[in-house]
Amino acid sequence: MLRGICLESPSVMSTQRILPGFRLSLSFAISYLCLLVLIPLVALFGKASTLTAQQFLAAAWTERTRAAYFVTFSSSAIAAIADTVLGLLLAWVLVRYDFPFKRLFDSLVDLPFALPTAVAGLVYSSLYVPKGWMGQFLVPWGIKLAYSQSAIVLVLTFIGLPFVVRTVQPVLESMDADIEEAAACLGASRWQTFRRVLLPALYPALITGFALTFARAIGEYGSVVFVSSNTPMKTEIAPVLIVQKLEEFQYAEATAIAIVLLLASFMMLIVINTLERRTEAANSSAN
Amino acid sequence: MSIVVKNLSKQFGSFKALDDVSLEAQSGSLLALLGPSGSGKTTLLRIIAGLESADRGSVLYEAEDVTHQSPKDRQVGFVFQHYALFRHMSVFENVAFGMRVRNRPGAEIKQRVQELLHLVRLEGLAQRYPSQLSGGQRQRVALARALAVQPRILLLDEPFGALDAKVRQELRQWLRQLHDEIHLTTIFVTHDQEEAFEVADRVVVMRGGHIEQSGSPQEVFDHPATPFVMDFLGNVNVFHGRVENGMAMLGALNIAYPEYPHAESRDATAYVRPHELDIERFPFGTSSLEVRVTQVNPAGSVAKIRVFSEQFGLALNVDLNLERYIELQLKPGDQVYVSARRVRVFMPNAPEYSI
Repeated sequence: MLRGICLESPSVMSTQRILPGFRLSLSFAISYLCLLVLIPLVALFGKASTLTAQQFLAAAWTERTRAAYFVTFSSSAIAAIADTVLGLLLAWVLVRYDFPFKRLFDSLVDLPFALPTAVAGLVYSSLYVPKGWMGQFLVPWGIKLAYSQSAIVLVLTFIGLPFVVRTVQPVLESMDADIEEAAACLGASRWQTFRRVLLPALYPALITGFALTFARAIGEYGSVVFVSSNTPMKTEIAPVLIVQKLEEFQYAEATAIAIVLLLASFMMLIVINTLERRTEAANSSAN
Repeated sequence: MSIVVKNLSKQFGSFKALDDVSLEAQSGSLLALLGPSGSGKTTLLRIIAGLESADRGSVLYEAEDVTHQSPKDRQVGFVFQHYALFRHMSVFENVAFGMRVRNRPGAEIKQRVQELLHLVRLEGLAQRYPSQLSGGQRQRVALARALAVQPRILLLDEPFGALDAKVRQELRQWLRQLHDEIHLTTIFVTHDQEEAFEVADRVVVMRGGHIEQSGSPQEVFDHPATPFVMDFLGNVNVFHGRVENGMAMLGALNIAYPEYPHAESRDATAYVRPHELDIERFPFGTSSLEVRVTQVNPAGSVAKIRVFSEQFGLALNVDLNLERYIELQLKPGDQVYVSARRVRVFMPNAPEYSI
């Protein structure tokens, strides 16, 4: 789950712990976080700070970049919503039903993690081009899934699917059958049981899964670059724009765009996290 | 509303959970299904509730055949061993759930929930969440929730099984009181014979998917129909011996047994409860057994004495009342004589004989 670094208060730290190694493991964790996350981030801001405010705006806040941010965030949001629904369904099927090759399907879910995303992008685009396996049937119907924003959403949905499945699955597994039976005895229909009893218990996991998918989709580059036509103002995502700036050796401008992306994502994740914590608290103070 | 169960059978794979079980719970009665785990008692309860379907047989509420009704339509109150409360809902919402799904008006729900919380003595806790309650309180919330839909019958599956001894004792008495107030036909499952005898009007002892014996607590306790029931209902001492010519010969204990006057000798097993044995300092006739005291435990309402017969390699438990224990001044190692006030003899494939 996405949590900030949360230092315990000094009084708690100074009390004796049963298991040794608190100081060691904490300092190890913090140094790792610094090395892997914090230092690169500081470097990023450092590079961007070589720009004046005007230069920063000229690089990161033009009509073209704004369009790119919009494409990035809207595609990611749609993909994350689609994944939340699909992932819940998939996790439900995997937990609740027995069917042939269930184990195989279960491991297939993780494939988007293992597959290089560029490969996914290439495969999708070759499938959905007008002459592709799927495209030859879909394009005559007016469904153009290659080189459009739909293509971006499609491939982002693919990339993010495991997050929701893998966060929801254990929660579903840990739910006892007796709460559903209790609801049935109290006169609830299957739908009422799902909506009023099961879904509320799944909210924290669903929100976590959504946040992970969303964050992952915002940063995705490899697959999108192959399925999208990368047309400025239409199907150009912010990460592609960053790479373009880099290819033009405009490093500081590239970091400027990255910072806007980063801050926007960070703010959204904070909102989502707060939301998650609130539902979790409402879920009866961690039982 | 009476509950009638006719010829129920249920199989899980190769395991026969219920084998042609028939049962009737009279309207307004409180019936206990008693048995060890795997005896089919919970399966029977779940079939009565509609949570499990029977392979054969039928379930009737009064005259209505509900065998093929879903639990949703049966209008039963069911209380689960592990409470099965909705964790994300407050106590109030848990109790209100059954009325909410029926779209009852808010004012009615509020009034009814308050009544029920009063009934289960949890008035102040309406806004708490299940995790903030003790086990006993949770089970009372579960009971209030089950009663909220005005069920036709109430079914409880080992309702006090997950609670500690003292709370269990309290809730048991409270359940009995509650039943006397609301007179709802109730069946509860338990593996605790004390619980069954204390609470129920009728006890049904189950074993291996069939009913071993049913009757009032007194009947079942005083006249166990089978060695299994005898054994299950508490501590027993078992004697293996023979019967012939109107006598039961159980080691050194020879006891008149007129129910079997035949000359042909037959194997028999005799069961004696610890409190039905007596200890004397001196032998008396052929009906006492020489033993050595191995252990003395006078803590509690009776003194529990363990004795051992070297002649027959037989260890026995004897419960003496405290006065008698003090009078005898028993110490481990003492040589004493044991006699039986009451013996139940079971012969294989023969009805019970009591002497």
